[in-house]
Amino acid sequence: MDWTAIALSVRLAALVAAILLVLGLPIAYWLTFSRWRGKFAVEAVVALPLVLPPTVLGFYVLLAIGSRSPIGRLWTAWTGHGLAFTFEALVLASILYSLPFAVQPMSAAFAQLDRSLLDASATLGAGRWRTFARVVLPLSVEGVIAGLVLSFAHTLGEFGVVLMVGGNLPGVTRTVSIAIYDQVQSLQYDAANRTAFALLAFSFLVLTLVYALLRKPWAVAPLR
Amino acid sequence: MSLALSVRVKLSSVFTLDVTMTAPSGITILFGPSGSGKSTLLRSVAGLVRPDAGSIAIGNRILFDASSGRDLPVRQRRVGYVFQQLALFPHLSVGDNLAYGLQDRPAGVRREQACAIAESFRIQHVLSRRPDAISGGERQRAALARSLVTNPDVLLLDEPLSALDHATQSRIIDDLRAWNASHGIPILYVTHAHREVFALGDRVVVLDHGRIVANGIPHEVLDLPEHEGLARIAGFENVFDGVVTERRPDVGTMHCTLGGSATELEVPLARGELGAPVRVAVRAGDILLANEAPRGLSARNIIHGRVVSLVREGPTVVARVDTGVSFVVHVTPAAVEALGLAPGRQVWLIIKTYSCRIVST
Repeated sequence: MDWTAIALSVRLAALVAAILLVLGLPIAYWLTFSRWRGKFAVEAVVALPLVLPPTVLGFYVLLAIGSRSPIGRLWTAWTGHGLAFTFEALVLASILYSLPFAVQPMSAAFAQLDRSLLDASATLGAGRWRTFARVVLPLSVEGVIAGLVLSFAHTLGEFGVVLMVGGNLPGVTRTVSIAIYDQVQSLQYDAANRTAFALLAFSFLVLTLVYALLRKPWAVAPLR
Repeated sequence: MSLALSVRVKLSSVFTLDVTMTAPSGITILFGPSGSGKSTLLRSVAGLVRPDAGSIAIGNRILFDASSGRDLPVRQRRVGYVFQQLALFPHLSVGDNLAYGLQDRPAGVRREQACAIAESFRIQHVLSRRPDAISGGERQRAALARSLVTNPDVLLLDEPLSALDHATQSRIIDDLRAWNASHGIPILYVTHAHREVFALGDRVVVLDHGRIVANGIPHEVLDLPEHEGLARIAGFENVFDGVVTERRPDVGTMHCTLGGSATELEVPLARGELGAPVRVAVRAGDILLANEAPRGLSARNIIHGRVVSLVREGPTVVARVDTGVSFVVHVTPAAVEALGLAPGRQVWLIIKTYSCRIVST
């Protein structure tokens, strides 16, 4: 079994889920409560990774971080090496790729809130921050956890995007799904089976735990 | 302290709330059919809706003034607001709900004030429970107490008690009055139930289609509606166009025929020469029904007709009776049974002269 790949995948998924928690909450909050008319366009952008083939997303991310792009050059100037085919590139691409899986359960939870609770909070002297911390977040905690777990699980299982922007460098960008693919390509079915089963068991365990904790089943897709 | 407001809020191309009023300390009822703009008026006082024009002030503290651009945020307005659905925070205990508005005060003060207000509204025994684990009446009390714990300058109540039985309702109102005896703030109380207007209000402001159509003391405003729209809002289900056929200034009455039919009513004397058009309003609940011709009554109007339909609406039965014009009469289900009422049966309507109001068109 390829423990290096498994450890890399878990590290990647945990990091991406943590970043998406911080990033997803304000995006979800804005998408739910903003009265801006052009909001639907932003919603569409956030949802894009749901329908886009991972290779397409990966391809554009690769172009965007390549050595000739402004981002790539900035990164090189700052760190001394290129961004493409690094762990950091994987993190960046995975954030984009898993964004809807974090944002949609969160904003669905926000949207279900009784608005009069927010009005009540305001008439009781609370500003937006206090209302968010004391009313919105506690009452949406299930949606927030669902977003966190789904983005973790989704990142753990991604393949196309990783292959496009990360390549296949052992210990750096070779995730579990890539390792399995390699093993099958070289006809090591036993090894592939062990790794695949480990991933299956782990994903099942995590999801079962979360659903048991929430006791309020989400639809298979995190759509509203 | 009194609330003075003059606001215009355009809600749609066909509906604009346009209201100028003052509310001194004590309960002022905002009364009107649903969609008349009552809740919007409350929301604009609280700052949850921004008026297009006008101003809102409590005493000399200006909350909103369109001309100077002043628009205090909701959290700085010092208004207490009890929402129709109460909006108690479901994840907090009753005690934490009460203390929610006191966040900027030290913990000791917070607990003390929450306990004091809980005592005023008799909910000390449920402080540690969640809102879904207490009774409906206790929830209303908790919502009321929560909105008052911050000592607001005005209290806004959006049909807060409509879901409760009358006895519970009046006990809560008694406690609210007791609280306000020492605070003296203006209280705006929205309702569309006539009963609450008479039971609670020192003053009533009647809204219809976003405008004030009447205001004053409940009995004066709602028992003597000045025009037809108000008559319907005030619960006069029967409004007929008629013609004056006889005037009896000596006994203070006049007679008129209704709706071009032969149906004649004796009504209180009002302006209107012989042959002049009048409009007569009668409450459905002020009409008696008899299943045979009654005798020896003081009531001056005994009108023969036939039952057209009987429809049960909650605790009342709405009977439609054809006498040449169509009357709506409210009776109890027990009365329907005792009189053997059914569509097609003949009945006699009994209406006192002073149950008939002359309204202007």
